[in-house]
Amino acid sequence: QAQTGSVSGRVLDEKNAGIPGATVLVAGTSLGVSSDADGNFRLANIPAGPQTIVLTFVGYNEVRRPVTIVSGQNVAVNAALTVNATELGEAVVIGYGTQRKQDVTGAITTVTAKDFVQGQITNPEQLIQGKVAGVQITTDGGAPGASTTIRIRGGSSLNASNDPLIVIDGVPVDNSSVSGAANPLSLINPNDIETYTVLKDASATAIYGSRASNGVILITTKKGALGDKLTVNLVSNTSLAARYNSVPVLTADEFRATVQAVAPQQVGLLGTGNTDWQKQVFRTAMTYDNNVSLTGAVGKLPFRASIGNLEQQGILITNRLIRNSGSLSLSPILLDNHLRVNVNVKGTWVDNNFADAGAIGSALAFDPTQNVFSDNATYGNYFQYLQGNGTPQQNVPTNPVATLMLQRNRSTVKRSIGNIQLDYKLHFLPDLHANLNLGYDVTRATGNNLVDARSAGSYFNNPLDPTNTTARGGSYNYYSQQRNNKLLEAYLNYTKQFNENTRLEVLAGYSYQDFVTTAPAYDTYLGDASTVRTLAAKNPFRTQYTIISYYGRANLSIKDRYLFTATLRNDNTSRFGPDYRKAYFPAGSFAWRIKEEDFLKDSKTFSDLKLRVGYGITGQQDVVAAAGSDYPYIQRFQQNVPSAQYQLGGVYYTPYSPLGYNGKIKWEQTSTYNAGLDFGFLDNRLTLSADAYYRKTTDLLAVIPIPSLVNFTNRLISNVGSLENKGIELNLNGNVIQSEKLNWSVNANATYNVNRILSLGPQAANFQGIENTGISGGTGTNIGNYRVGSPSSAFYVYQQVYGANGKPVDGVYVDTNGDGKVDSNDRRIFQQSAPKVLLGFGSNLSYNRVSLAFSLRANLGNYVYNNVNSNLGNYQGIVGSTNFVSNVTRDANNTGFLNRTQDRYSSDYYIQNASFLRMDNVTLGYNAGKVLNGKGSLRLSAAVQNVFVATKYTGLDPEIPNGVDNNVYPRPRTYTFGLNLSI
Amino acid sequence: CNKDLDRTPTYDLSTDAVYKDAAGYRTVAAKAYSGFAVTGPSGPGASTGDILGIDQGTSDYVRQLWSAQELTTDEAIIQWGDPGIQDWHNMNWTSSGVLVQGLYSRILYEITVCNSFLAEATDAKLSARGITGADLTDIKAYRAEVRFLRALAYYHALDLYGNPPFATETDPIGGTTPPKQTTRAALFTYLESELKAIDTDLLAPSQSANQYGRASKAAAWTLLAKLYLNAQVYTGTARYADCLTYAAKVIDTGGYSLQTTATNMATAYSRNFLTDNNTSPEIIFPIVFDGKRTQSYGGTTFLTHAPVSGTADKYWNPAKYGIGAGWGGTRTTPKLFQQFTDTAADTRGRFVTGGQTMDVVSQTNFNNGYVPIKFKNVSSTGAAGADATFVDTDYPMFRLADVYLMYAEAAVRTNANLPQALTYVNLIRSRAYNNTAAGNIATADLTLDFLLNERSRELYWEGTRRTDLIRYKRFTTADYLWPWKGGVAAGTSVPDTRSLFPIPASDLSVNPNLVQNPGY
Repeated sequence: QAQTGSVSGRVLDEKNAGIPGATVLVAGTSLGVSSDADGNFRLANIPAGPQTIVLTFVGYNEVRRPVTIVSGQNVAVNAALTVNATELGEAVVIGYGTQRKQDVTGAITTVTAKDFVQGQITNPEQLIQGKVAGVQITTDGGAPGASTTIRIRGGSSLNASNDPLIVIDGVPVDNSSVSGAANPLSLINPNDIETYTVLKDASATAIYGSRASNGVILITTKKGALGDKLTVNLVSNTSLAARYNSVPVLTADEFRATVQAVAPQQVGLLGTGNTDWQKQVFRTAMTYDNNVSLTGAVGKLPFRASIGNLEQQGILITNRLIRNSGSLSLSPILLDNHLRVNVNVKGTWVDNNFADAGAIGSALAFDPTQNVFSDNATYGNYFQYLQGNGTPQQNVPTNPVATLMLQRNRSTVKRSIGNIQLDYKLHFLPDLHANLNLGYDVTRATGNNLVDARSAGSYFNNPLDPTNTTARGGSYNYYSQQRNNKLLEAYLNYTKQFNENTRLEVLAGYSYQDFVTTAPAYDTYLGDASTVRTLAAKNPFRTQYTIISYYGRANLSIKDRYLFTATLRNDNTSRFGPDYRKAYFPAGSFAWRIKEEDFLKDSKTFSDLKLRVGYGITGQQDVVAAAGSDYPYIQRFQQNVPSAQYQLGGVYYTPYSPLGYNGKIKWEQTSTYNAGLDFGFLDNRLTLSADAYYRKTTDLLAVIPIPSLVNFTNRLISNVGSLENKGIELNLNGNVIQSEKLNWSVNANATYNVNRILSLGPQAANFQGIENTGISGGTGTNIGNYRVGSPSSAFYVYQQVYGANGKPVDGVYVDTNGDGKVDSNDRRIFQQSAPKVLLGFGSNLSYNRVSLAFSLRANLGNYVYNNVNSNLGNYQGIVGSTNFVSNVTRDANNTGFLNRTQDRYSSDYYIQNASFLRMDNVTLGYNAGKVLNGKGSLRLSAAVQNVFVATKYTGLDPEIPNGVDNNVYPRPRTYTFGLNLSI
Repeated sequence: CNKDLDRTPTYDLSTDAVYKDAAGYRTVAAKAYSGFAVTGPSGPGASTGDILGIDQGTSDYVRQLWSAQELTTDEAIIQWGDPGIQDWHNMNWTSSGVLVQGLYSRILYEITVCNSFLAEATDAKLSARGITGADLTDIKAYRAEVRFLRALAYYHALDLYGNPPFATETDPIGGTTPPKQTTRAALFTYLESELKAIDTDLLAPSQSANQYGRASKAAAWTLLAKLYLNAQVYTGTARYADCLTYAAKVIDTGGYSLQTTATNMATAYSRNFLTDNNTSPEIIFPIVFDGKRTQSYGGTTFLTHAPVSGTADKYWNPAKYGIGAGWGGTRTTPKLFQQFTDTAADTRGRFVTGGQTMDVVSQTNFNNGYVPIKFKNVSSTGAAGADATFVDTDYPMFRLADVYLMYAEAAVRTNANLPQALTYVNLIRSRAYNNTAAGNIATADLTLDFLLNERSRELYWEGTRRTDLIRYKRFTTADYLWPWKGGVAAGTSVPDTRSLFPIPASDLSVNPNLVQNPGY
């Protein structure tokens, strides 16, 4: 009989609670076991003699216990693991699993709840705004639940999606637009979020293959833990949001003076009022955000349940968002610690009251000498421009207050995301885990938009009868949308510790995801909600796509120093034809923990030094926005809508229109090279990560001109050309002061990104590029241009000529191509809207119970097209009509331009440097400590958001997602009082 | 589960599903017709239409054709700031201009739609799909009509761009092989034979309502007459005698006659441009619009709205045009106004002059330039159209007065049939002068110059002016100037290469078979 003995014991955490799932190994052997739900373990058949027992668990320091095994006897080993203070042992969420931070080989940044942006947070992505190098998060203005543009390391595509993939608790969510919700992520309650993990390079993201080209954001929600005592947590925030600046238009008195000076013949059109229209359409808005959660474990069932209620007013009158949300997570471990179960269900019910953002623009231009109200009840007692017979004039500005007050635009959106994840550790082979994840993402949206019949803007809408002076229209339309998305994921994970020095982890999986969106077609009505104005399309809307994937990953760790990761994903999408839908996305990376080498092991300078290099290919198949459908490769006929019929011989035919299609459309591929260094100094009180990357997208999905006569369109989504992004990221975390009472930590991050289009397919000598990004004014005017050698966000403008007085000379531009004449070909590429440099800085200082935190963010090298000035920075509003005058921006008094002209819209005069430094947030916190007889703890906070913006930009706000400043909903300054009570 | 990757559209149809029966063929034939009227399958309110890279409303066939034919001449000028729109009148368009590109794309898109229909409408395919009897006869007529529509679009390509790419129903669609370029002369020959070849299958000319909107033999003859009238320009060889032949054919066997009956709300002439112009006996081929069912921001909606001031004032009442408000854009140069020696007597010369200056000093001030009153959204009895935005009036692509004038010009140029020509011209003149002989001319007056001017008086704003001026060598030369011709206030000559528009740079880039027109 072999001479063997056994070891048993319990693995404990710092609170002496058992750690389930800790790894217990006998060093130098293949013997190993995991601790059970209570942290107990028993390991038999250990060869007699001196042995070393190695106890490990992610996030904790490894413990090595020398023991002497005596044949036939048991040795007790109880070990308390200590939390890995260096954070290197922290578990990091990666695609399909977790990894110790020290084992990570790719470019990954994690932000946990303690580092989230404070204050009134409505959309989850705001939690990490400015916190992660390489990630740009831009809200589309200050409306509650406004959409957000997220860009990780610049956009990798031109016309395919540039949005990152977002995975919530293992469910890749549909980020496509939801009817009735500007931002689909606003349907997630930020209070339920525990961590954000941003996967940036291909080695980290390639496991998500097809949808990973623009990075992956993994969101993990809060969960209960075994052994937790029952805790009730109440978070209550009350906020007040106020507008802090205005678009510089003339006051009523200035306007009177200007009209007198510029066009005395128009003075008779002035009113007698003094109205600041911006003041009239905006208000100081209140927000109440209350969340209660219950966390703990009932017996062996850890759980967390939460409910939230948010009521947020927008600063634009009539704008409001109400969100009720609930979430439940259960995470029991069953079958003698062999089956881990995770159940997550999140549900949200959002009621939106939208306000017509067009009123923001009309508030700028509306004549400030007119009053808000009149005594004419026909038009809701609002001032409107009327004709002699009392009917509204046409093509005149409409009172912005009336626009808002006489419209009710509401939506109700319900969304639920949930999954059940089963992780089974095989009884006969505990190194092998089988994981099954079943998830769903379901949305139900309904909404309606009613424009009151008293609205002068909708007067004479229909039916037309010139003799009927009371004919009013209004309008009413109803919409609904259903999205049903399903997910099935299954993978096997095998972990093998070969000996003390070599560990191999292999993962292989399958994924099936299906997305269905349907929307019925409805008639639209007049404001009476019964007279049909436009017939519904014959067919409702329905679209479906499916992605089926196989993926694998191997991690090899040698001596804890040399870490290798290889991943391969095979993706198949229904969006491409049978010959093109399959693609492989490989990635490989290597990390060298230099610190562990002998020559650095004893270094006092470095507490950590790691080199990471990686390469991989990721893909993009989200062409819906550019292709207009989920079926871009199929030749289809669309039945025309009822307003696009044609009459032949007295019969109305509803034509079938053939649609353009690309039978050869396939994956766009992005190759990413990444190299990074992680430094730790002073026991990792100071850590620095530096990454350099090069990303090249080939088979670029771009909408390009195609030869005439070969397809049913003149521009087609095609795989053509290439573009590149290259950049550097730095991330610095420092615990500058660490003491019992006084603590100060800072985070600084910086990103430099250069984007360039390398090819757009065949080019004729005088091909000027593909114009993009429409502006307001001059139908069809574009301000951007995709051109080889230029950034994809470049502007395309004339070069303005300035006079001796420094003012732009009207209509005079430089003949940049030197052909002796100035025409549209003299427009040139000028600057770009994407920032070249992103900077973020956060500081958290605490003394005893008081803490002060702030975060700063800067964008450098970004330019904005000031569409407000190109529209209103001239006297067109004063001289342009014989029926009314409208306000102008102060720039009109600078330029003296008399009217709007087309070429001037394209002048670089309106391209302004929009670099800025913004203080997003200052939070003062007070930890009141134990309250309620020691049963609870209380934390109070006061926060100011959007504290200041320093910029040279002359418009309202330099931070504009697409670089065109027009009708931007102002981002208010928000004051929040918060209370966080745990019992 | 891999078969789940074969997702197909739920409601959109495949080629076989569309062409499964005769009704399916008719819906696609209707698509080919509607390509001249509507801008996309999803209606005017949708974000995109058939043609990309251009505002959807602007991309309308008639609107763009009209702009290229009228805004480039003395007949029309526009005060808007859309990119490239002033280029029309200033004659400084470029090969990358969005409007030059948009018109080209619209024409060739229309040809592609026609080609795809014709590829599915071969005798073999009709037979394979079991279409027989009356259905077969009907679809064969539609097939001939679609060939006519394709010829019409190719004619516009020939006239405007000269040497476009060329493909027929035998060339595959959906591939990537770019088509070859054709020449003006070769295209002329093709169109001539094509229009003659379809004569058998086309419907006979008819005024009956159950044929309204469909292209009859007379439409093909009219197009042939136009082709021949301009053959000297297109091929270098004059074909005026053939023009005379086909114009005569329309006049003699078409059964058309001038609308000579005025109502108490409308002159006889103006009834061709009102909502009930579908009852006019002189319209040979209309593009049919409907305020509710055939909507676009082009076509007659554009032609009605663009000249009208934005809101009612003492000179304007948009309601008189049957619309809620105008778009304040188009007006004319003094040249057109001056064609009418007596605007009181000649009922065609109706202009808004109040509040307007006759001279066009500025191209950005709507109050510069008189504004012709032509297209309206009211009927001959004064009833407003069905919709205040979208206009019911049909666009007269071909009408008899044009054929009379073509006949007369061909007669003068060949010195043949002059008495007959004089009769036709005086039919037009007397209709214009309230069915009196007050405006009638004598044989001696029947000169080429007179006919060019008469064409302008009769057919202004109907999309023939540029072609006419080129035929008379007055489009680019210093022989005839108008305000802002060539981009200067007094007008100046431009290189003769401006008689053709450039092949858009976007197509040159992707089709190596194409060679740019000279001068660009």
